[in-house]
Parts: sequence; structure tokens; C-alpha cells
Amino acid sequence: MGRKLLLENDHIEGIHSYEVYRKNGGYKSVEKALKSMTPEAVVEEVKKSGLRGRGGAGFPTGMKWSFLAKPEGVPRYLVCNADESEPGTFKDRYLMERIPHLLVEGMITSSYALGANTGYIYVRGEYFYIIKILEQAISEAYTNGWLGKNILGTGYNLDLYVQCGAGAYICGEETALLESLEGKRGNPRIKPPFPAVKGLWECPTVVNNVETIAAVVPIVNDGGDAYAAIGIGKSTGTKLISASGHIKKPGVYEIELGVSVEEFIYADEYCGGILNDKKLKAVVAGGSSVPILPADLILKTASGEKRLMTYESLADGGFATGTMLGSGGFIVMDESTSIVKNLHTFARFYHHESCGQCSPCREGTGWMEKILHKILDGHGTLADVDLLWDIQRKIEGNTICPLGDAAAWPVASAIRHFKSEFEAYVTNRKSIPDVKYYFHCNNLDAAAAYSSL
Amino acid sequence: MSDSNKITFSPESEALIKNLVKRYPEGKHKSALLPALHIAQAEFNGWLSAPVMDKVAELLNLQPIEVYEVASFYSMYNLKPVGKCLIEVCRTSSCWLRGAEDVVKHIEKRLGIKDGETTTDGKFTLKTVECLGSCGTAPMLQIGQTFYENLTLEKVDKILEEWKDAGKHSSYLDEHTFRNI
Repeated sequence: MGRKLLLENDHIEGIHSYEVYRKNGGYKSVEKALKSMTPEAVVEEVKKSGLRGRGGAGFPTGMKWSFLAKPEGVPRYLVCNADESEPGTFKDRYLMERIPHLLVEGMITSSYALGANTGYIYVRGEYFYIIKILEQAISEAYTNGWLGKNILGTGYNLDLYVQCGAGAYICGEETALLESLEGKRGNPRIKPPFPAVKGLWECPTVVNNVETIAAVVPIVNDGGDAYAAIGIGKSTGTKLISASGHIKKPGVYEIELGVSVEEFIYADEYCGGILNDKKLKAVVAGGSSVPILPADLILKTASGEKRLMTYESLADGGFATGTMLGSGGFIVMDESTSIVKNLHTFARFYHHESCGQCSPCREGTGWMEKILHKILDGHGTLADVDLLWDIQRKIEGNTICPLGDAAAWPVASAIRHFKSEFEAYVTNRKSIPDVKYYFHCNNLDAAAAYSSL
Repeated sequence: MSDSNKITFSPESEALIKNLVKRYPEGKHKSALLPALHIAQAEFNGWLSAPVMDKVAELLNLQPIEVYEVASFYSMYNLKPVGKCLIEVCRTSSCWLRGAEDVVKHIEKRLGIKDGETTTDGKFTLKTVECLGSCGTAPMLQIGQTFYENLTLEKVDKILEEWKDAGKHSSYLDEHTFRNI
């Protein structure tokens, strides 16, 4: 059984309430940081911990914090990215629902480290019931003196607010999130300047994922070295994995980075094996944006080594034979799964979620969806498969934000590893029951799509 | 611009919107726009008409275009009328793997409408949506702030039964969602 740092107490009844959370060691990191550490010392511990951004990019958190500009007389902000929308990812929701005070505590300790006196938690609009839970937790924190003026008599002030989104995946991109928080459309900004220099209302801002901020609590409590002792190499500490799809036990699992993929899929402690004991076909290991891998490559790297749940091992082989840890959205598919149909759900997703700012993404995501739709509708040709490949190549790297890349990678990897399946859909379509059955799609005029192809 | 004079928010909603502005620094009241639009939608039958959006603009001291451009960007704002019960079924990968298509087909059949349509009696609107973060409890659908998870067709029938006589429009928020500052 691996160590748990974030979900250690999630089984305790009433842990969502202040009293129970506090009784079980809650808010100790705030006491420790504010009373016995300088802000710089807290940043130092986070650097030592090797913690990497848990939203998906995996950028070292301590380094991100150290980039924060500190001009005199200008407010600084800490913004928590709780816009969890990456398909396959539901860990932040679980954490906020079960242990909301862990996030509040992490926000206080982290804000202190950054010298921020105001923090915002930006929660996706669909999670409105979670907003209610967080608002309650924040109220309790104010009542008990953990927020507001002169916290613990140290002279440190912090106000913490929840902000709601309204249904836009793109707002998980940090600059789009800041635009949205300013009450605008969620169009990502051109970087530089980075938020660390010009962020919320043009002030220096750090944006961190829910899980990243929560991880600061055990790091401050036990020290960065203790955190770094868990895991392998540059993949330190624990990670929340959202497991879904064709598995016996879907759910959120906190793993020590370094568990093998095989153990994670088949051990009773985690996913418990494939549903109905079918064979494993493919896995999307880190949320919809990362490359899909077939069973043989997800269990073992191309060089035959056991694939581990770490940033490095999952990326081994680059995109030719590897993938990414991403957000930890682990989607498992059994032997009966149509890779083409699954890809269609992803393509539709990215088309729906493209903000429309950059032409390659706005147009390209639409075309990828239309072509996959055409293939599923029984009108595909071999040239369509090549066209899909061509379009994704023209999106990748040509957009302001990574949504374009995120839309391209699933298409590229599905064709790379399952090309014969695409070919079967267009050359042997009568034998595939899926063909001719698809979702009614609001924004797609199929007849127009075909005639323009 | 439409006639927003005919639109009146309840005193509670108006007070709440004014209170939300306190969450942001002086002069940054535009940040209250997203929550304010949610409050407006909840108050005015689950959708945002032009006069309602104009009223929000007036309350927040914004130009109407600033409100329209935001309302049209985010998928949770409905710009045309919806039924009393807005059913949002997730259809992205994990939900699809666990049977979302069957859920959609079942609802379409039961209600006699297609995705995006409203029943003639104005009771139900069906909308398919992208990943709602309920992948481990798939398939799922959302009505207002409630997630209905691990769906079976029997469960779906029960939910439809439960909502068929709803008095109020389903809403993402209630009077306790935001704390007063």
C-alpha cells in the first residue's frame, strides 16, 4: 500500500467540516509557515520537494513561484485553477468535495509564500455544488481566524474568494482563465508576458492547479526532502490518478509516482483489472490530450522495460512510442472498443472547445471532426485518413495556446498506432456495425460537410 | 439594445450581484459578470434574453456588448428558451465507453425529442455536453447543480419521472451558493 499525502484522511466521516479537519491535523502548515518560516523558506521547501504542476504540464512549481515579479506597491495574486475539464480527469472535484479545507489550507500557505494578500479559486461552472462546498469551507476558515486580517496575530492578511466559470474547457489554460476571471471571453493571451509578470489585472500572478496547491500542505508539514524521497528521479511525491473506462474499480487513486502501469491497471488496490475480464486494448494515460497507446506499449516501453507511472517513464520513446502523465486522467479501453469512435468523441470535444482565436485550431478541429464523422457515416476513403494526418500536423505548434496541440495529438497517435483500424472503416465498412450510427450533432450540417470535401 | 426597463431582478438577486462586486478590487467590477449572468439565468427561466442581458449590463455598469460577447462564449449560458428541466448528458470518451449513447437514445425516445430540442409542453430540454468530470461514475447526466451518476436506463426513467412536474426551472445555483461578504 503506497503512502498517501493528500487523501490520507478522506475516509474519515465529516472530514469536509472544519472541526473534523482541524482535529485531524488540519491547518498545521499555516501555523508552521506563518509562525516559524519566512515566505522565502516556504518557497525553498517547495523547490526542494521537486513538486511539479499537477494540472497537466508538469512544470516545477518552485521554479514557477520563483519567477513571480515583486515590484513595490503592486498587489500579487495566487489563483487556483479548479477549471478541471480535461476529459478523463475528475481528481480535483473529488479532492474539493471530500476535503475542501485541504485546498483552503494550501491556498493560505502558498499565498503567504508568494506574498499575495488576495487569492481566487476559479471553479468550472458545472461544479456549482462544489462552489457551495468551498464557500462553506472558506466561511469556516474566516470564522476560525485562518483568513482575513492579521492571521494568527502575525500581521499577514489574506482574502480568499471563489469564482465560477460557465462552461469552457479553454479556461483551464492559465491566461484564458485570467481573462475569464476578469469577466471576459476565455481567449488565451499571447505569452510573454507570462502571468508571473503580468497576470490578473496586469499584476504578477501565480496560477496553480488544485492538486498542486494541496500538495504544498504536506510539503510544508514534513519538509521538501521528505516529499522528494517519495517517487523516482524527477517524478517526486504522490499523484492523484482519475481512473475511468473499462475497469472494475473506476475512481480517484493517490499513487506514489513510480507504481508500474501494469500494477495500476490490474492490482485490486487500484483499478482491479479490466471489466468483465476482457483484454486490454488501449489506454489514454493522462487525459484526452495525451497520445493514446496500445496495450503492449502502455505496459512496456519500446525497449522492453516496464512502463511506470512517472513523468519520464510514460514519456519514454517520445510520441513515437510514448505518451505523457498529463493530468493523470487514465482512460482504459477493452478489446471491444472502437478507436475511431473514441477519437470522434475527442475530436468533437476539441472542436466544441476551441476558442476560435487561431485559425489552425478553429478550422482544423472542425475539419477533423467532420472527417471522422464522415468515416463513421460510411463515406470515408483512404484519402480521408491521410487528410486527418495532414490536418493535425498543420495545427500542432501553430496556435497561441496548447489546445491546438492537445487536439492534434490524440488524432496523430490514434492513426500512428491503429492505422489498420481506420483503413478497415473505409475499405470494409459493411463489416463494422458502428458505421452509420452516430450522435445527432447540432453544429454539423452533414450534407454540407460531404459536398465540400 | 432592447428594452431592459421591463426587467426587474428580485431584491435578493440584485443585492447578491452588488455583493459579488466586493470580491474584486475597486474598478474591477466586470469580474462579477460571469456569476451575475448565472444569477440572471437562474432568475429568468433558465435562459438569457437580450433585455435580461441589458439589465445585467446596467447593474454592473458595463456596455451591453461586453455582456453579449461573454454570454455567447460560454456554453452554460442559454441564449434561447429552455424547458423547465434542462437535461445535460455527457458524451465524451469515458461516458461514451460506459454507454452514454444508450442514455441519449433512451431519453430521445422517452421524450420524443432530439438532442438540442425541447418538448412541446416545455417541460424538458435535452442537451448533450462535453466532459463534466464524472468519468469514474459514468455514464452521467446533470440537471441543475445535481450530478446523476452511474446511470442505468431504469435510473434515467426515475429521473424523468422525478422532474416531470417540476415547478421551477432547474438551476445551477440556489440562494446559498455564494456567501455574502
